[in-house]
Amino acid sequence: MFRRLSRWAVALPAVLVLGLSGCGSGGPDASTAPAAGAGAGEVTVFAAASLTGTFTELGRTFEAAHPGTTVKFNFGSSATLAQQIAQGAPVDVFAAASPATMKTVTDASLAGAPATFARNTLQIAVPKDNPAKVDDLADLTDAKVKVALCAEQVPCGAAAVKALDAAGLKVTPVTLEQDVKATLTKVELGEVDAALVYRTDVIASAGKVTGIGFPEADKAINDYPIATLAKAPAGDLAEQFVDLVLSQQGRDVLTKAGFEAP
Amino acid sequence: MATTEHIRPVKPRRGFTGRPSPSPGRLSGRLPWMLLLPALLGLAFLVLPLAGLLIRAPWPTLPQRLAEPHVLEALRLSLVCATVATAACLLLGVPLAWLLARVEFPGRRLVRALVTVPLVLPPVVGGVALLLVLGRRGLIGQWLEATFGVTLPFTTAGVIVAEAFVAMPFLVISVEGALRGADRRFEEAAATLGASRWTVFRRVTLPMIAPGVVAGAVLCWARALGEFGATITFAGNFPGTTRTMPLAVYLALETEPEAAIVLSVVLLAVSVVILASLRDRWVSAS
Repeated sequence: MFRRLSRWAVALPAVLVLGLSGCGSGGPDASTAPAAGAGAGEVTVFAAASLTGTFTELGRTFEAAHPGTTVKFNFGSSATLAQQIAQGAPVDVFAAASPATMKTVTDASLAGAPATFARNTLQIAVPKDNPAKVDDLADLTDAKVKVALCAEQVPCGAAAVKALDAAGLKVTPVTLEQDVKATLTKVELGEVDAALVYRTDVIASAGKVTGIGFPEADKAINDYPIATLAKAPAGDLAEQFVDLVLSQQGRDVLTKAGFEAP
Repeated sequence: MATTEHIRPVKPRRGFTGRPSPSPGRLSGRLPWMLLLPALLGLAFLVLPLAGLLIRAPWPTLPQRLAEPHVLEALRLSLVCATVATAACLLLGVPLAWLLARVEFPGRRLVRALVTVPLVLPPVVGGVALLLVLGRRGLIGQWLEATFGVTLPFTTAGVIVAEAFVAMPFLVISVEGALRGADRRFEEAAATLGASRWTVFRRVTLPMIAPGVVAGAVLCWARALGEFGATITFAGNFPGTTRTMPLAVYLALETEPEAAIVLSVVLLAVSVVILASLRDRWVSAS
């Protein structure tokens, strides 16, 4: 009941309600969960690199609502995180940047049913002074324009391939980076003239790069699923963190960062 | 010239220093377990992870995985880059080691500390530092592009630069150690007989420290071959130009751990074979 309420309540009440439900649900079913009923404990969250800013903020909110609780994050490419989970990393919550990476975890029965909590679209990121004068996707095919893409194995790379295919363009990048933040860094440092990254990463760069939207981005929208792990050491706390992400408050944080509601 | 010719073949260290030169067979008696036990533990610690790789390797599909062009491409790139990087390290590192060991100058201790910085620096940080200096907007990189139209990031040359940066300290340290261990009286003798400092270095010093140089070069090559962090940060990751074996392993780990294991086994096998054959030919023979 409380959780359902909190999903629709706004801002501060949501925190309070979550706090209460933390107390109320007292005895978590997982035997490894901390004994303290006040929600003391640790939640380990594996999240896609593109969630670094928003989840860090939500983690602080969660800690404030559950005194004594710490939220530990491991941000990286979703594919790497999925592999680490498959290798038995002790994780409570997994938030991936694509259903495909989440599927590798759920297929192995390592996590419960995932819920989609956000969507993200691609943008062309260019350095502030835009040295190669890029203004649409077709400009990236120019051999003189240095382009960085994510590797196809990671979600932002898969999305980039999809968008370029949809546009019928063939781009030869100079590098295929391991995750979206690494790709963005290459633009921030001015080492490449353009890159395909998420809209949220452009916003997170706080003006260090310029984002250019393009119509084919609609063909490559990434859904972000989140799930608690079957063997979550934190038990109920893990569920509560997922509830926070799915709540209106969580959505507000994500929207502010440029994510779209699912 | 003729005089230095006489000195070269002499096997120096032993006779002249007067230090005892124990051969392995001299000490006998039971092996002390205080040494043996930790030694065996240490060995197990180093060897077990390798055994893990070998046990988990998908042997039946190994040949066909190996024949895939991208594997050979990455392997070739790794070997070429590590070898060129080692050559570059030899050209720059041996003189640097000589400078540190043979020339008194103010701030020498500081310089020596600076030389070892890449050893303690996380390689990714080294990669970022290289970008800031040699990148397209870097201090020197900017000038390189404006003057010669050369940019290093995302090129094979960039891989070599990154590997040389990380691996050179290994060479410098081991050559400097060899120089300090070498008996300077041979050099002094050559100098009193009229040899210039360059001739002394070339005809006396270098032959004396050859084993140290080879050992350093081998270490340097091995470090360059395994280089990952600085390479992916500075040179990027693109098949055929900058994707070396360690990068290919990392990428394969994202989706196909089995392929990553295969690549690791290949890298392991190639490096062990090369290091072992070098060791037999050079290091122990000297």
